[in-house]
Amino acid sequence: MKTKAELMDAQAVNRTLLRLTHEVLEKHHGTKDLVIIGIRNRGDCLAKRMIHFIKEIEGTEVPLGILDITLYRDDFQRFSESAMVQETIIPIDITNKKVVLVDDVLYTGRTIRAALDALIDFGRPAMIQLAVFVDRGHRELPIKADYVGKNVPTADNEQVKVHVKEVDNEDSVVLVELKK
Amino acid sequence: MQLSIRHLLGLDGVSEQDITTILDAADAMKKVLQRPIPKVPTLKGKTVVNLFYENSTRTRISFELAEKRLSADTVNFSTSTSSVKKGETLKDTIKNIEAMRIDYVVMRHGVPGSSHYLANCVDASVVNAGDGPHEHPTQALLDMMTIREKRGTLKGLKVCLVGDITHSRVSRSNVYGLLACGAEVGVCGPATLIPYDMQDMGITVYPHIEDALAESDVLNVLRIQLERQKGALFPTLREYRNLFGITEARLEKAKSDVTILHPGPMNRGVEIDSEVADGPQAVILDQVTNGVAVRMAILYLLAGGRSSFEGVDNE
Repeated sequence: MKTKAELMDAQAVNRTLLRLTHEVLEKHHGTKDLVIIGIRNRGDCLAKRMIHFIKEIEGTEVPLGILDITLYRDDFQRFSESAMVQETIIPIDITNKKVVLVDDVLYTGRTIRAALDALIDFGRPAMIQLAVFVDRGHRELPIKADYVGKNVPTADNEQVKVHVKEVDNEDSVVLVELKK
Repeated sequence: MQLSIRHLLGLDGVSEQDITTILDAADAMKKVLQRPIPKVPTLKGKTVVNLFYENSTRTRISFELAEKRLSADTVNFSTSTSSVKKGETLKDTIKNIEAMRIDYVVMRHGVPGSSHYLANCVDASVVNAGDGPHEHPTQALLDMMTIREKRGTLKGLKVCLVGDITHSRVSRSNVYGLLACGAEVGVCGPATLIPYDMQDMGITVYPHIEDALAESDVLNVLRIQLERQKGALFPTLREYRNLFGITEARLEKAKSDVTILHPGPMNRGVEIDSEVADGPQAVILDQVTNGVAVRMAILYLLAGGRSSFEGVDNE
């Protein structure tokens, strides 16, 4: 696996995340009934930062949830990395709330499918929207993001990696090529 | 986080890494059990046979619940109503069931080593739910999960098993597991019920309960097993209680933060008094809750990780 290009540096990541946050607030006309739920392992870091931005922009505390979808995957028999099942933390009842799911990369859409299954077990939200930092195309399911940080067209043997300080010690978005 | 073992036959020889992997997964599974809908689709389509040659209530129910919470299909096999009564062998029994496509066998059997034998003749993953007096790995794992939950760590903790050590599969598995995780293990009980060479395993043998109480952070009080006694290994239940019973008075001489475990079912007033069992130091009901979580973790971990597919993360 080798890095082909750096698509975004730390500053660009920050600007884009801030813009996404503003978009969410704009669409929802504020924060009423809003819940932001990040999907592990990087979506939750991004979600946490969005909550922080919202506090600065609107002055309100929006509830933050963290979703682990390991137990809902459909590719159970073919883990590419060890499946570290971690806690899902949904601190409030999501029934009738407006949920914005946050993930780092949208690709086939299967992670989001799993996330929807997981979420429905927690209640009946009024709506579920999707915010992704990067959309790299190649959907295998009818899933669409409502908020997109960056569209990155990719080939099958490429991968887009979003790095976050909390996990990868830096903020960046890189395009990598997988060895054949 | 993948297990290096394909079956769970015992804790003898299981690494600290694997044990930690199981306990970490169990912590996450416990959270699933606390949800409004305590169910995940992870093992959908997987079939588990609960093959119980020996009586059990809590272990059987615990496994069944764990399986159902993971959306697996469960099949219960009880020997009293089966062809075993017609003389069918263990191997034939399981081969026949396997022909109906199963993924796991959870077995409790009276003969030590029976689960090892089974693992060698089936493709399914085998989980030992107790093989005679040999091992009961899931019980030890839930005990360790409970201890870790209450005390923060297992390393360096002084854990003492009290009672019939020789005949107890719970104690054997606990000893292996606790030693692997760096705990300091002690045993206490009548000399007739403690194996001769326990000191050679690095275990402290306490002839008197008072010393065990004074030094231990955790006590795992074992049931006096009336059904396993073949000879008169102690005079009477009353004598046992007088010398080794965990009473409220004895507990006062223990460390103030001592944690009390019991695998159940309890003989109240024999090895443990009700005031202790129902008191604030005891975590006995937590053990039961954790039992379902640990069994979920084991089934989940044994299902995944057999392939080393190096592909793209499907997102």
